[in-house]
Amino acid sequence: MSLIDSFARTSGTGAPRPAAKRRSRTRASIGPATIISGLVLLIAVAWALFPGLFTHHDPNDGGTTPALLAPSLDHWFGTDQTGRDAFTRVVYGASQSLLAALVAVGVGLVVGTAIGLIAGTRRGWVDDVLMRLVDVLLSIPAILLSLSIVVVLGFGTINAAIAVGVTAIAQFARLSRSEAVRINTSDFVAAAYGSGGTFFSVLFRHILPNSTSPVLSLAVLQIGSAILQISTLGFLGYGTPPPTPEWGLIIAEGRNFVATAWWLTVLPGFVVMAIVLATHQIGNTLRKATS
Amino acid sequence: MILDIRYLFLRLGQAVLVLLLAFTAAFILLSLIPGDGVTARFADPALGLSADQIAAIRSETGADESWISRYFISLGGFLTGDFGFSVQTGAAVSTIIAAALPSTAVLALSGFVSALVLAVLIAVLATYGPYRWLRKLLDSVPSLFISIPVFWLGILLIQFFSFRLGFVSVVSPGPAEALVLPTLTVAVPLSAPIAQVLIRSITDVRASGFVKVTSAKGASELWILVHAVARNAVLPGLTIIGLVFGELVAGAVVTETVFGRNGIGQITAQAVTHRDNPILLTVVVIATLAYVTINLIVDLLYPVIDVRLRTAPGATSAGKKPADEPTRRALSTTAASVGVDLAWDEKDTHS
Repeated sequence: MSLIDSFARTSGTGAPRPAAKRRSRTRASIGPATIISGLVLLIAVAWALFPGLFTHHDPNDGGTTPALLAPSLDHWFGTDQTGRDAFTRVVYGASQSLLAALVAVGVGLVVGTAIGLIAGTRRGWVDDVLMRLVDVLLSIPAILLSLSIVVVLGFGTINAAIAVGVTAIAQFARLSRSEAVRINTSDFVAAAYGSGGTFFSVLFRHILPNSTSPVLSLAVLQIGSAILQISTLGFLGYGTPPPTPEWGLIIAEGRNFVATAWWLTVLPGFVVMAIVLATHQIGNTLRKATS
Repeated sequence: MILDIRYLFLRLGQAVLVLLLAFTAAFILLSLIPGDGVTARFADPALGLSADQIAAIRSETGADESWISRYFISLGGFLTGDFGFSVQTGAAVSTIIAAALPSTAVLALSGFVSALVLAVLIAVLATYGPYRWLRKLLDSVPSLFISIPVFWLGILLIQFFSFRLGFVSVVSPGPAEALVLPTLTVAVPLSAPIAQVLIRSITDVRASGFVKVTSAKGASELWILVHAVARNAVLPGLTIIGLVFGELVAGAVVTETVFGRNGIGQITAQAVTHRDNPILLTVVVIATLAYVTINLIVDLLYPVIDVRLRTAPGATSAGKKPADEPTRRALSTTAASVGVDLAWDEKDTHS
């Protein structure tokens, strides 16, 4: 999907020495970084669900407020070119950005896991064909794949989310296939087939439930990556159309005033960074706990 | 023998197959689904073309052919360097791409080299740095770098270094000067996964038995770094280099847009805005070709670099194992380096 994927394959800062590995595998350490990350994500989700609780300004109508005010107690992130409160727009933007990220990860999760489980359970030519398709998905640089899909589907929040989701399919397919292969060779699956289980009954009864936890921790890791990619599409102008606030779009709009009102660009960027960092931290903690 | 010829041909064939399939997928997505682009463009009543003229254009551009013959015409065109014509300007796509390619190649190369330098610097300081707090701090730098929106970083760099500090002139900078900030924008996020891999493999190698023995025999830290750690860290580093190419492309698209550099990235962004599918198709195919080629070279380099991965000719594994996974096979051979993440591959090959 993006950097975070190549990253997720290799990161794991917490378990450097072989001696320490056992312990950190069985019991994930929940440090202060993880707790802070949890709080950051909680706030982001609350922004998305109840934006009205966090701000009393209107995200799309600045009213008579002067434009390009510097940050103050009333306007934490200042105001933009039409007098709209920038912090309010970031708060209201959470629903667009997080919804899009969830849709993206959902597409990758559902399609990718379906491909991976079928390939890993069936093996043979089905496996070969499906995994060759996954290779193709991996070989097209993610941004070009998502741009090509956006061109076909048209611009917009959900279309951009689907486009980003397609680039995540390969990761989920590879992981769930390997899980399916692992589970498929275990005795209880052989027993299930032996006692008259069909392909689909074994798939849904045994293989799917047993492969969920690694797949879900990958999903959490992917959310951060999806937020970044969606904000990139938004910044380029292919995502949410204005005036609806979306994080990438907010930064793109602020860019025109960066020389006089730096806060319109800098502060929303920090918010995006903090949230992506938090999902990354949580995802890694989960991954260590489940592997 | 360093390279198994059968393995070489197997990998080469696989690369060609993936490339062909990628072309097919991109062609279906960008040429077939949108329907008849020529009619859509010229049927506009404002152009005042008669039905006969449109039909003439259609037959001239090949739009009235069946999809299967269009596919083979397009495939033949790509094989001979004829990428069709831009919908927006009517110019040959090959001309447009050729004009933009050098600028992007320079940016990609300088960004990549800088990312490599930055990654090595972070990794060495995070593992050999003087203070514990410094090592811990640098250890978390990759996580931070990976979370930065690239476009935001670009805007910030322009604002800070050009407007505030005046380090890089904004108005007509020289070619080298104009490259500094875009390079940094590409390099920062790109360095993160490379640094992460290096930190991990350095830590693992340093904790391994043979390093302890070498150290007990009286080797200095520097000797160990050069002879043991660096050599063992190269392989995972090489793998990640192949994998981050996609990010280099993403970095180029965003960076060129932010900095207004004329290159493939900006052309791509414009092609998306104007729905110029022939250009987009060409960019996708060229980038995929580059990705597949780089990863093929990386795969073939493994046995050259690491003696442990060499196989006797015709003897064993290369043909039997799922050959789409030599990357990860090589990685799992370098044992702990990528430990947990790759453990499943070994299980996989046993089944």
